Parts: sequence; structure tokens; C-alpha cells
Amino acid sequence: MPGKSPSVGAAPPPRRNRKARRGEARAGLLFALPWIVGMTLFVAIPLVLTFYIAQTKFQIVGAPKWVGLQNYEALWTDPAFWKSAQNTLLFAVISVPLKLVIALGLALLLNRATALSGFYRTVFYLPFLMPAVAGSVVFMLLLTPNAGPVNIALEAMGLNPPDWLLDPKAALWTLILLSLWPLGVETLVFLGGLQNIPKDVSEAADLDSPKRWHKLVWVTLPLITPMVLFNLVIGIIYSFQVFTQAIVIGGTTGTPAEATLMYMVVLYRAAFRYFNMGLAAAMATVLFVVVLILTLLIFQTARSWVHYEGGER
Amino acid sequence: MSGQRKPKIGTRFGMLAYHALMLAISAVFLLPFYWMTISAFKTNAEIFSDPVTWLPDPIRWENIASLLTRDDFPFVQQFVNSVFYAGSVAILVCLSCSLAAYSFGCLRWRGRNLVFALTVCALLMPTIVTFLPVYLAWSKLGLTGTYWPLITPFLFGDAFFIFMLRQFFMGVPRELLDAARLDGASEFRIWWQIVMPQVRTPLIIVGLFATVYTWNEFFLPLIYLQDRESFPLSVGLFTFQSQRAVEWSVSMMGAFLTALPMVALFLFTQRLFQRGLSSTGLK
Repeated sequence: MPGKSPSVGAAPPPRRNRKARRGEARAGLLFALPWIVGMTLFVAIPLVLTFYIAQTKFQIVGAPKWVGLQNYEALWTDPAFWKSAQNTLLFAVISVPLKLVIALGLALLLNRATALSGFYRTVFYLPFLMPAVAGSVVFMLLLTPNAGPVNIALEAMGLNPPDWLLDPKAALWTLILLSLWPLGVETLVFLGGLQNIPKDVSEAADLDSPKRWHKLVWVTLPLITPMVLFNLVIGIIYSFQVFTQAIVIGGTTGTPAEATLMYMVVLYRAAFRYFNMGLAAAMATVLFVVVLILTLLIFQTARSWVHYEGGER
Repeated sequence: MSGQRKPKIGTRFGMLAYHALMLAISAVFLLPFYWMTISAFKTNAEIFSDPVTWLPDPIRWENIASLLTRDDFPFVQQFVNSVFYAGSVAILVCLSCSLAAYSFGCLRWRGRNLVFALTVCALLMPTIVTFLPVYLAWSKLGLTGTYWPLITPFLFGDAFFIFMLRQFFMGVPRELLDAARLDGASEFRIWWQIVMPQVRTPLIIVGLFATVYTWNEFFLPLIYLQDRESFPLSVGLFTFQSQRAVEWSVSMMGAFLTALPMVALFLFTQRLFQRGLSSTGLK
């Protein structure tokens, strides 16, 4: 014990405390250090470099040459940029809310204890485990015009099904439809929220109003708004980056007729087919700005509609 | 599961309607899996038979052998690559992320909240925004075409898994750490001998998630790797499908055998998976 004057009584503990706290602070930084280095190396520095490369002409070989805003001007007049931006926006705007509504519906349906609950949960979760490549290939087979099982079944029912992924008018909508398949994560996040609703709150609401939808709108929904926010932000960010399904189904040209051409595919094409790093970096910067603005906007409005129990955060 | 409601619909008819609805939805969700599986055991002609056949007859077991012996789809090699890729990422993630998660979840230090806020920003950052310079750096180092660019970053940690693990570390009682400190244990020993055993289950959960994510990862290996022999299964299947689009039975067997390990892994560990999700941390 290094304490100099144990007779004072009250003095040593705070002193040891302070020392311990300093030790803890040092350890805290030390344990976080690898990650701080990682964030600097793989996030912070590359972010700045992307902004820089976006203002250069850079074909991987040779040195980047400063060209100012030329890449952005080139994007402005590039039809593929606009087409893919439009497709991606439409994809995100339709698929994310739709997915959230369906996932919430499934979660509400799942939120009761029956003998088969475990089975249903497993079934809804499974598509998330399917590699996106494998899933897309399977859907291409299922939706083959004329010869695929879905169309054979629909035709047998006397319907006139579209050519799905091969019809330029239907392809993007089909892609949106397919994106609804893996919604297990969203569903289970909602389910977690529903199951955290305190029993007394739920029962009180039952007594207050016999109508079930009253409870849903005024009690259940407000209590799971944090999960809605979480799923919304993650969903928007990910759907702006949709790549695997798009390239498996539409290749690098977004067949048919650029209907499935997505922003990330055009960016990939620019960087790794045409080796135009400057243009690709400009596209990445535009994506960054759009996602940043959207995220800030969502978090800003979230204050008025997200309810945190006990005022957390 | 304490908050779970008792079945509201008391009547037998209501219960029946509920299960009929749920089973119908389940069928829609399972159809692609089912179709993939039966198509994997059919010939091309049988896949497109009209009327639709719901069971392969006969079951073409030889499809497995014919997939494994193709040289334009080195499935076994790619399977090994995927195991290596997913396995090393999962192990690295468990080690590196638990360091940072311990720091964020259990230790108090100045700047912690700032660094954690930056971590959340990194989590929300689209991959591509930071990707190009990183790619150029690996290419300068001459390491494209290897697994180094795919695995090394996880030595430092990963925003998503740090975020996920932190929730669990926050649950470790502080008295435990203080008691160990009073006994004079070093911070490193506290982490390794006291805290890590407490979060063993969460670590397994994070390892499982990392395995699935990496097994299914497509964008990064597509860009970094160049030859068929080094691809993981996701890229191998894509390459095969885009070059041999008409050989559906081989594609389906490939898809089936690519998905199978993850589905099996999940079925054996699903309790853990679902616990991981419900605590992805929304507060």
C-alpha cells in the first residue's frame, strides 16, 4: 500500500480512485486504439482521398491530374448517370417503405405464442441467409417467361403474366418485388420491439379501448418507432447501394434496355471496366452527399416522431 | 419472451384462420428454396417441363458429381476459399471488435463518446465512398488478386460488429471490474480473464453473423480477385451463371450447395441468431 497517511482515513480512497480512473482512461484509449487506427486508415483518409480523386483525371496507371470540376460536368451530361440515379431512387423509395410495412405486418402476426411460432420465425428469416447471387439466379429461373413455373402457373389460372425481368417496363418493378423477399432481419427487429412492450401497458390499452386498431395506432406503433427509425435509415442507405441483384440480373448494362441499371453498377463500370477513377470517385462523392443529406433529414424529423422510453438519447 | 401476448383469438376458427394465413405466407417465402432444391436434382429439360413437376423423378444425384468435376466451375476449390475467407474474418472480428467494444462498453475515458459517434458514422458510410482509394493502395502494394485486401481490414475491427458487441459489453456488471481492479489485476487481464468469459455467447453470435456476411459477400471479392481458382463461391457462381446461362441444373446445384452451409449453420444455432438480432441495439 503506497498510501502515505492511512490515519487521515478519508484521504486514501479518493486518491486511489483517481489513480484507478486514470488507469482506466489509459486502458480505454489503448483498447480502442486498433479501431481508431483502422478508422483512420480505412475510412477517414480514404474519404478525403475520394474527394480529391473526384477532381482529377486518373486511370490507375500514372499520376492523377487535377481537372477541377470536369468529372462532375461529365456526370451532368451522362445519360447513364441520370438513368441509373433515377432507377436507384425509384427502387429505394418504393422498396424501403414497402418492406417496412410488410415486415411490421409479419412481426405483428408473429407476436403471439403458438406451437408453430418458432417455425414461422425461421421461415421468414431464412431468405436473409441466401447469398444474394444464389437468390437472384433462382428468381431468374422462377420468373423465366413462358417456361418458368410462376408464369406456367399464372397462365394456367387464365392470367396474362408479364415477362418480369425481360420486359423493360416490368424489370425494375420485378427487382423491387424481389428485394422484398429477404426481410427477416427487419421483421425480427420489429418483433424484438413488440416483445419489449411492457405487459401492463399492453393490457391497459386493451381495457381502454376494445378496438384493436386503436391500440395499434396509439400504443403499439409509437412504442416501436425507434425500430422504425433504425430499419428506415439502414434500409435507405443499403438500397442506394444495391449492386449484387442488379448485376446478376442485368449485367453491367442493366438489361433489358437499362431498366435495371443501378447507380452502383454504373460506378463499378466506370472504375473497373473503363478505369476512369476520377469519374467513379465523383459518383461516390455524389452518393455520399445524397446519403448524408437524407440521413440528416431523417434524424432531424425523427425528433418529432420517434418516441424513446424514459427520454433516452 | 415475457412480453409475448397470449393468443387473442380464443375461438378455434380464429386459430385455424391464423395458421392458414401464416402457412400460406410461409409457402411463398419457401418457394424459391424449394424450387432451387428440386431443380438442382433435375435435368435441364425436366426443369422447364410443362406442366410443372413438383418432385424430381428420378432424382438426378449425378448432378452433384457433374458439378464437382467441371473445370469451368472449380466448386471444391471455391468452397475451400469461402471457408477460409469467412472463417478468418469471423475469428478476426471476434478478437479485434471485442477490444473496441470493451473500451466503449466498459471503460470510461475522455473522448469515448466522440470516437463512438465516429464509429456510428463509419457504420452508416456507404462502402463505395471510401473504397476506391483503398483499392488503389492495395493495387500499388501489388496485393490485388490475393485475400490480403479482403481480410486484413478486420484486424482493426468493423463498425457494425463493434456496435453490436458493445451492447453486450455494457451488460457486464461494473462491480466485477472494480473488484478485479482492487485486486490489482491489469486492464488486459481483466479483459481477457474476466470480461471475455462473460460475453462468450455474444461473441459466438457475432462470429456467426460475420461468417454469414462474409460467405455471402460479393462486391469486394469480385473486384479484388481475378482468377477462378481464387474466387469464393459467391463470385464463382456469378461468373459461371453469366457465362453459361443456359445450364440451369448446374447453376441450381451450385446455388443449392452455396446456400446449404449457411442454412444448416443457422438451423443449428438459430436461438443464438435471434438473440443477436433482438439485441442489435436500438437504444
